[in-house]
Amino acid sequence: MTAPVLSLKDACVRYGDLTAVEGVSIDLHGGETLGLVGESGCGKSSVARAISGLNPLSSGTMMVQQEDVAVKLRTDRRFLADRVQLLFQDPVASLSPRLTVGALLAEPLKIRKIFNADTWAAAIALLQDMGLGEQFLSRYPHQLSGGQARRVALARVLTAKPRIIVADEPTAGLDVSIQGDMLNLLRALRDRLGLSYLFISHNLNVVGRVTERVAIMYLGQIVETGKTGLLFRDPAHPYTKALLSSNLTIDPQRRRERVILKGELPSPRNPPSGCRFHQRCPLARDICAVRQPRLETQADGRMVACHFPLSGGSEAMAG
Amino acid sequence: MTPSLLSIRNLDVSYPTSRGHARILIGVDLDIARGTSVGLVGESGSGKSTLALALLGLLPENAEIDAQDAMFDSCPDALSPATAQRLRGSDIAMIFQDPMTALNPLFTIGTHLVDIQRRKFPHASQADLWARGERMLVRVGVSDAGNRMRRYPHEFSGGMRQRVVIAMALLVEPKLLIADEPTTALDATIEAQVVDILRDLRSELSAALLVVSHSFGLIAELCDTVIVMYAGTIVETGPVNVVLHDPRHPYAQALLACEIEPLSSIEAAEPLVTIPGTVPDPANRPVGCVFAARCPARHDRCIEPPPLVSQGQGRSFSCWLGVSL
Ligand SMILES: Nc1ncnc2c1ncn2[C@@H]1O[C@H](COP(=O)(O)OP(=O)(O)OP(=O)(O)O)[C@@H](O)[C@H]1O
Ligand SMILES: Nc1ncnc2c1ncn2[C@@H]1O[C@H](COP(=O)(O)OP(=O)(O)OP(=O)(O)O)[C@@H](O)[C@H]1O
Ligand SMILES: [Mg+2]
Ligand SMILES: [Mg+2]
Repeated sequence: MTAPVLSLKDACVRYGDLTAVEGVSIDLHGGETLGLVGESGCGKSSVARAISGLNPLSSGTMMVQQEDVAVKLRTDRRFLADRVQLLFQDPVASLSPRLTVGALLAEPLKIRKIFNADTWAAAIALLQDMGLGEQFLSRYPHQLSGGQARRVALARVLTAKPRIIVADEPTAGLDVSIQGDMLNLLRALRDRLGLSYLFISHNLNVVGRVTERVAIMYLGQIVETGKTGLLFRDPAHPYTKALLSSNLTIDPQRRRERVILKGELPSPRNPPSGCRFHQRCPLARDICAVRQPRLETQADGRMVACHFPLSGGSEAMAG
Repeated sequence: MTPSLLSIRNLDVSYPTSRGHARILIGVDLDIARGTSVGLVGESGSGKSTLALALLGLLPENAEIDAQDAMFDSCPDALSPATAQRLRGSDIAMIFQDPMTALNPLFTIGTHLVDIQRRKFPHASQADLWARGERMLVRVGVSDAGNRMRRYPHEFSGGMRQRVVIAMALLVEPKLLIADEPTTALDATIEAQVVDILRDLRSELSAALLVVSHSFGLIAELCDTVIVMYAGTIVETGPVNVVLHDPRHPYAQALLACEIEPLSSIEAAEPLVTIPGTVPDPANRPVGCVFAARCPARHDRCIEPPPLVSQGQGRSFSCWLGVSL
């Protein structure tokens, strides 16, 4: 296998005395879409901001195209911004309220000093591909619906021509038809330009459909990672299983049997001893409160951090 | 029949623009019975949030609002700025799509949770309101609530902010709770938890719910009836289990066909299903059916405005297909 375009090793992100991300490692390959899912507040956006250089890593290393980012940035300020772009979770807040859609779209081209008739036409065509015609160019962000703002934000990111896009909830707030248009467009761009995506989403149906691999986070750490199809069909970590079982479907009768987690998400300020999930885990035993499980590779290729991973699926969790 | 809490007839909302009048809502009728739950789905930009904001009197000043009739809880003229403002935050509460718009970055979470209660409980002590706020924070699943009460919105993750906003809405014990995409920022386990909280609220307070969402799963879990909107109009409405499983309007059918099956064909290389074409410009709408240009079942009649067809089981839809020719 070729070297990953992005490689994060043992990354930690701290805010004061709170460790939001602890020892996360991620490899992202060229042309790949890697899903990142997990509980609200588990640290996904913190990982996203660290990778895009908006939050410094408190510890750990990051390589992009086999170069150490911290070293490269000393001589080339744009090293990261030219390669990695973040699509913000909150689209309206990420768009400057005083600029029109047209000005917002032109800005990344002007920053990179490549604003001309051709690049501008391409930018407008991109917006059109997402269902937003030229009448939107004179609008301000507050005059857009939630879904329209998200598409403008995506068009902006794409005009900056990155190699890697960190997409934080790129389809939240879109109707399923426009969501399909966006995902088809993202895939077409990826295949044409060889882009890679780190795809953060709470929408498990979307993650199941568009990612090749997925990493499941819980309270600042990755608890399970591997091929999406494998994990979604047959979760090995009890948290993955609980998460998948909560997925709402249009047919409430057809839902998986829901695993209700007891207690609430602990605060990262004061993480539980041993396995961070043990207080809420329906399968926890004594050792889980004491010893922290490490991510270990299983026979089928996935990695799981659990003392008692579920094997072959579903039998154990029912009781 | 359950007594009506909200009844709106023929609501129009438009904005003056340089390119003419942008008509955002056209002839919208909305009925919500006490304690019931109504889902609002449809195309992004179809006017769902506009409808919600109109009920709250929160549309921008240049919005032109016109309704034949707007009754809330035997209060006429519910959409007039003065009435809407009085109802907001006491009888009608709101959970927004984007939690940051509801939170002031300069105030702690505790201050938000206390201030929201003052209109409804003007005589309660600060300490009581604080304690009540903290209990609600625990109830919506925020850990370490005592400590979090003293923290600021930017120190919360997206999902935790949304739970704060939900707690704020629940604290005023409204008669109508409007939730615009209440769970898009939440993971599936917390989404399921919020569904339970909102269900409890309905049975405990007999509050009615208006849920705006793109998630059919959420609507199916939470709502009794559903309204499908396209380009500022209601195209179909009826009981959730009827409309979501057997839609009659071609737009509703096309939209539901785009739903991604959970865990289906995971390695699927073929493109996702979408609805070809784009929505009409609100400043330049067609005379006849608004969906005609994209409709696979379009025929000659569609250049005229479609009739509203009522069918059994409480369903109605706006389409010439419903009329036997
Ligand atoms: N600027 C900050 N200062 C202090 N704490 C922060 C800050 N940003 C995030 N946190 C905390 O870090 C943790 C992780 O937050 P993060 O936003 O990365 O979560 P997330 O996984 O993206 O959640 P969501 O799914 O809800 O968006 C949370 O406990 C959050 O409260
Ligand atoms: N101030 C304004 N001036 C002109 N047009 C506006 C203004 N505010 C909103 N609009 C337009 O009104 C239409 C309806 O917007 P609204 O926010 O109600 O859509 P929505 O159905 O909630 O969409 P979404 O699902 O994306 O949130 C959109 O086409 C939007 O661009
Ligand atoms: Mg986030
Ligand atoms: Mg909206």
